[in-house]
Amino acid sequence: MYASGKYSSRGPALIPRMKTKHRIYYITLFSVVLFGLIATGMFQFWPHSIESTADWTVDKRSVHDAPLMRLQVSSPIPERGDLSCRMHTCFDVYRCGYNPKNRIKVYIYPLQRFVDELGVPISSTGLSREYNDLLSAISDSDFYTDDVNRACLFVPSTDVLNQNSLRIRETAQALAMLPRWNKGMNHLLFNMLPGGPPDYNTALDVPRDRALLAGGGFSTWTYRQGYDVSIPVYSPLSADVELPERQPGPRRYFILSSQTAIHREYRAELERLKEENGEALLLLDKCSNLSHGAASARKRCYKGQVYDYPQILQESSFCVVLRGARLGQAALSDVLQAGCVPVILADSYILPFSEVLDWKRASVVIPEEKLSEMYTILKSIPHRQVEEMQRQARWFWEAYFSSMKAIGLTTLQIINDRIYPYAAQTYEQWNNPTVVKWSSVNSPLFLPLIPPRAPGFTAVVLTYDRVDSLFRVITEISKVPSLAKLLVVWNNQNKSPPEESLWPKVGVPLKVVRTKENKLSNRFFPYDEIETEAVLAIDDDIIMLTSDELQFGYEVWREFPDRLVGYPGRLHLWDHEMGKWKYESEWTNEVSMVLTGAAFYHKYFNYLYTYKMPGDIKNWVDAHMNCEDIAMNFLVANITGKAPIKVTPRKKFKCPECTAIDGLSLDQTHMVERSECINKFASVFGTMPLKVVEHRADPVLYKDDFPEKLKSFPNIGSL
Amino acid sequence: MQARKKYVLLGLCTFCWLVLFYFGRGVQLPVRLLRMLTGQQGEVVRPWPNWTDRAFLPCYAHLNELQTDPGTSESPRQRRQAWSVIYKDSRCRMETCFDFSRCRRRGREGFRVYVYPSEKNERVSESYKKILTSIAESRYYTSDPREACLFVLGIDTLDRDQLSGQFVPNVDERIRGYPLWNDGRNHLIFNLYSGTWPNYTEDLGFNIGQAILARASLNTEHFRPGFDISIPLFSKDHPQKGGERGWLVRNTTPPRRKYLLMFKGKRYLTGIGSDTRNALHHIHNGKDIVSLTTCRHGKDWEKHKDARCDHDNLEYERFDYQELLHNSTFCLVPRGRRLGSFRFLESLQAACIPVLLSNGWELPFSDVIQWNQAVIEGDERLLLQVPSTVRAVASERVLALRQRTQILWEAYFSSVDKIVVTTLEIIKDRVFSHTSRNKYMWNALPGGLLVLPEYSTHLAHFPFYYLGLGISPNQEFTAIIHAVSPLVSQSQPIMKLLQVVSKSKYCSQIIILWNSEKAPPSRSKWPPMPVPLTVTDGKRKTTSRFLPHVAIETDAVLSLDEDTVLLTSEVCIQQACRLVHVVLGGCLVPPSVCHLHRYYHYLFSHYLPQSLRTIVDHTSNCEDILMNFLVSAVTRLPPIKVAQRKQYKELPSPQATKNVPWANPEHFNQRQECINTFANWFGYMPLVHSQFRLDPVLFKDQVSVLRKKYKDLEKA
Repeated sequence: MYASGKYSSRGPALIPRMKTKHRIYYITLFSVVLFGLIATGMFQFWPHSIESTADWTVDKRSVHDAPLMRLQVSSPIPERGDLSCRMHTCFDVYRCGYNPKNRIKVYIYPLQRFVDELGVPISSTGLSREYNDLLSAISDSDFYTDDVNRACLFVPSTDVLNQNSLRIRETAQALAMLPRWNKGMNHLLFNMLPGGPPDYNTALDVPRDRALLAGGGFSTWTYRQGYDVSIPVYSPLSADVELPERQPGPRRYFILSSQTAIHREYRAELERLKEENGEALLLLDKCSNLSHGAASARKRCYKGQVYDYPQILQESSFCVVLRGARLGQAALSDVLQAGCVPVILADSYILPFSEVLDWKRASVVIPEEKLSEMYTILKSIPHRQVEEMQRQARWFWEAYFSSMKAIGLTTLQIINDRIYPYAAQTYEQWNNPTVVKWSSVNSPLFLPLIPPRAPGFTAVVLTYDRVDSLFRVITEISKVPSLAKLLVVWNNQNKSPPEESLWPKVGVPLKVVRTKENKLSNRFFPYDEIETEAVLAIDDDIIMLTSDELQFGYEVWREFPDRLVGYPGRLHLWDHEMGKWKYESEWTNEVSMVLTGAAFYHKYFNYLYTYKMPGDIKNWVDAHMNCEDIAMNFLVANITGKAPIKVTPRKKFKCPECTAIDGLSLDQTHMVERSECINKFASVFGTMPLKVVEHRADPVLYKDDFPEKLKSFPNIGSL
Repeated sequence: MQARKKYVLLGLCTFCWLVLFYFGRGVQLPVRLLRMLTGQQGEVVRPWPNWTDRAFLPCYAHLNELQTDPGTSESPRQRRQAWSVIYKDSRCRMETCFDFSRCRRRGREGFRVYVYPSEKNERVSESYKKILTSIAESRYYTSDPREACLFVLGIDTLDRDQLSGQFVPNVDERIRGYPLWNDGRNHLIFNLYSGTWPNYTEDLGFNIGQAILARASLNTEHFRPGFDISIPLFSKDHPQKGGERGWLVRNTTPPRRKYLLMFKGKRYLTGIGSDTRNALHHIHNGKDIVSLTTCRHGKDWEKHKDARCDHDNLEYERFDYQELLHNSTFCLVPRGRRLGSFRFLESLQAACIPVLLSNGWELPFSDVIQWNQAVIEGDERLLLQVPSTVRAVASERVLALRQRTQILWEAYFSSVDKIVVTTLEIIKDRVFSHTSRNKYMWNALPGGLLVLPEYSTHLAHFPFYYLGLGISPNQEFTAIIHAVSPLVSQSQPIMKLLQVVSKSKYCSQIIILWNSEKAPPSRSKWPPMPVPLTVTDGKRKTTSRFLPHVAIETDAVLSLDEDTVLLTSEVCIQQACRLVHVVLGGCLVPPSVCHLHRYYHYLFSHYLPQSLRTIVDHTSNCEDILMNFLVSAVTRLPPIKVAQRKQYKELPSPQATKNVPWANPEHFNQRQECINTFANWFGYMPLVHSQFRLDPVLFKDQVSVLRKKYKDLEKA
């Protein structure tokens, strides 16, 4: 301020002294600067509109506007595919690199129209609708990159889905002309109809160097396991016809054969089966009276009776999918869409996406030789399994067959899983239908273990300021043989914990953690100080539990380390009048929760509570200063699918100098609030995860007519 | 002065321009300007365009083309025959190189394995002896080559390294002399080591023809998919049976251990495999990543010794391998000379998550095991990325991977027996593909060997998968009453028992197993029942109570002795806790009252060997112990005792006392003997201790009896 004042005071003196020549010079200079500023500013704010207008014009482009590329007769032809190619030999993994999202980057070459020297296109169809859909889907996915230098996988825009429409040699030359071809390294080709007459090879005949092939109809001899991807043959019918999902169950026909081009040897075999088993089989063929065309593809006939295809597929439990000249059949897609269990007779066929899909759960594969035994084989499958297979078949179609997008992205995901195997999708993610994913539980502690007794447990006492009561609790707990450590969570920010000398002398390490805020969730924080697996959460007023009871609780927890093992039990009930859940603390015959005022559980649940609690439950608990135990019960039941375990008989949780749990629980408003918690949590979880049980755990000899001295836990249930 | 100012000002202006250009992306200005002026678009960076004529694009194939397959004139039968001629040797598949007709009879009966007898003074290694013993003791063994579906050589083919002392020469000539050889068709050849210094090729030194190869260190390139089987490399000390349990006893939180990643092993200075091993020391940081190599191996290591050797050897001595195994989260498993190494099984057992650096290794039992859920598959080319990769693995995943190593170890690898039986089961699943396990069965607890597909191929029929599939087991149960005494009066204990059981609302059927010397009474002698009552003949065998009677229609089975005194509410409470134990699969002691999933009945009669069942039948004793062994071996958990009982039996009348088995000291000794015999077969003691029993929630609580659901238990 001062400096600038000084400067301006000098200013007027400066300008008049300037010569006119200089003034003009400065004015021009300043105007140039000004113009520059404005121009730059304009372009700062304009770019978006510029780009979007550019886009509009691009979208007006037609396929026929794609640049024309003329192939020379002499242009190089790639080598035939190398059958020994594997990811570690033919794939340049350095291109994919390490990235935190574990996603491969896919580049799509811009569309070009290749013609030979005479101007004849290399393909009779050019870009097909299906391939266009596939490339659009890839470009809209998060696999896509427009930066050719950062790409890990390249997808040529040359459509090779159907070999019939291709000129083999020229197509190969076109591929080799791609700027990044580099012996086909990291290039992915999609092909659904391979081979041609007379011998119908099971893989694309176009020479392609080291390119990966996503092919429909691979046989075990052409499929390079772990390198190629087997994909379905897309059925264009599925886009036109909508088949609503049907409930799994028995259908009108047991077996249906609807393919029209079945080898006469097999048709004769099927006829024989039909004779033996009558109405259970329906054997359809093309309609002789219909002219060829789209209409005939949608009709099937049996003895003059006309059926709609593919609707008729929904009327059968099993549908035959026989190989033709090619192994891959589009009928498989139709069959799955109809929720009919495919019976696949195609020896050596690599089923679509078999690298990740468990086809045994969705189909029956029968060797062609055993076609005559088909009926007996299918009859031996349990009914409930057939229903599950129907559901699974439909799910496979929805997730992996229904569109070119599904097929393309699944292929990329499979390759992605190979390159980043440590981030690969699990069997369950690939194979479980959405319904099962919702209802099944995958406990994080799934290994059945009985942890050793020796490490003991850490008691975590949550306290605010009831020091006397706290000290009594500490003294009581310290008598438990398996106690390894005591951790006092001091939740009072206004008051310091008592001096060290005042604390009761205990035989185990005692640590005090001071918290920053008075929150209930502090009790469930996975403190580093907790070094044992087992945690005993205990309130600072629970002084009525005997050492035997606590030790026994720990022993029970060891046998159920994935459950909450607690003392006072509670129940949730459905209130029919109010139409909502109700909290129950009376003497009930059932238990669905245990209070964490005194409960053993695995430390891992602390981690889950703190970091993985769904929705806003944690904040709700801290705001209401209540229900942290209900939240914990929900969390554990939801992730393990198991009920808590109540140990030892019910006690009067009362002590003269403190407000006991029961005393507090009887309070009406408290009860209402806890009922509210249950309803709130159930809505956040989207389900009621709590499980009800009718039993509790007692020592083996509890109340038995047996000398108390010989019992392991004599002091149980005494008041 | 003037000039100076001019330059300063000019300089300032240029600076301004530059700044504006730089921050305002003015650099692109000329390009943009140009584009705007000319009204032309360059190559626009944009995903795949939305073609205006996309609706008019042709289909990739016409419906007719897809449906009316061109078809070939070639007869399928001829084609299949032609195949078996073309696809031979290195292109073998089950369809072309395996004679299924040899296994024609269905199920277990059809799958028989024959072992060629060893010739005298035949040198057979320790490991191969164990393999042959396992086959001989398996339920698929046959001594009759005519009924065999699979043949195993008596010649030791494990070590095909010509420099090895175990190498057996002249195998080619010998197998050619076997009348059953048939160019190796339906033969299974085990191999652990092949090739020799310096290339370690996968050549076995004899022509295996169409034989299936079960081999360690298989390379994906030579692996015949769906035909060969990759087995793990195991040491000669690998136990025959039982085997050690995994080392994971508890799931610590947070799951990371002291060291993040470790390796301790040889560094090859030259030859195959040296590339990877030579680079391993680069990732060693002495703190959380310990990667130690030594040059000191072989006879002439000092000849090839390089500058690193002495320093490395010193560092190598500082750490103990066992200590590292126990305290590392991840363990590097790089290839050695061959692709597989002992380290793989060692780290699997130690719950140290294997990080594989062995490009092209077909992992053991890759047909059925989902390895990416238990190991980290690295790439030799990306060794230097391994530390950041494993660092990025989230805690939850570490926890899951680690537990899965234990499941796989205990299910398939902990003993030679398991490795061999898994190999046989994989082949059997291929032969009888319609009664075979799916991938879920192979990978979920308790592992594929304990899932018998002949029982069912439907997941929900097994007691193991309820939670994983999100289904709950059925509420109903079948009561099986074991009757040994003839029916003389209507006041017999069995009559009371029938009344009690039939009153339970979950009881859906009762089966009386008639094991008395007298013929079963006519149907009219039995009281009328609200549920179906079936009487079957147990042929006076003690094991019959655990046989998988076809009549059982429910998942849960309640097994009772005829003289059991039972209260209705006990049946009920057992029903209530059924959820617990069906999920756990637990059996209830005491034996006379036992709630089980019917699948255990099936295992009892089909999984256990006939010899054990014969012992039970001979002694009329121990059937309960055997069942407890079985259930504990499957679940790894203790049984669950339900409700307090002082006495489950009718008090015997004084004169009958001498007939009561447990009054007899002989009976007790027998049971002791049983335990030893059973433990011997299992290879370990599967029984697990438990400290609690389950009581009703309000059992003996001080509240009015009226509030209690199970009132009659209070009196007991």
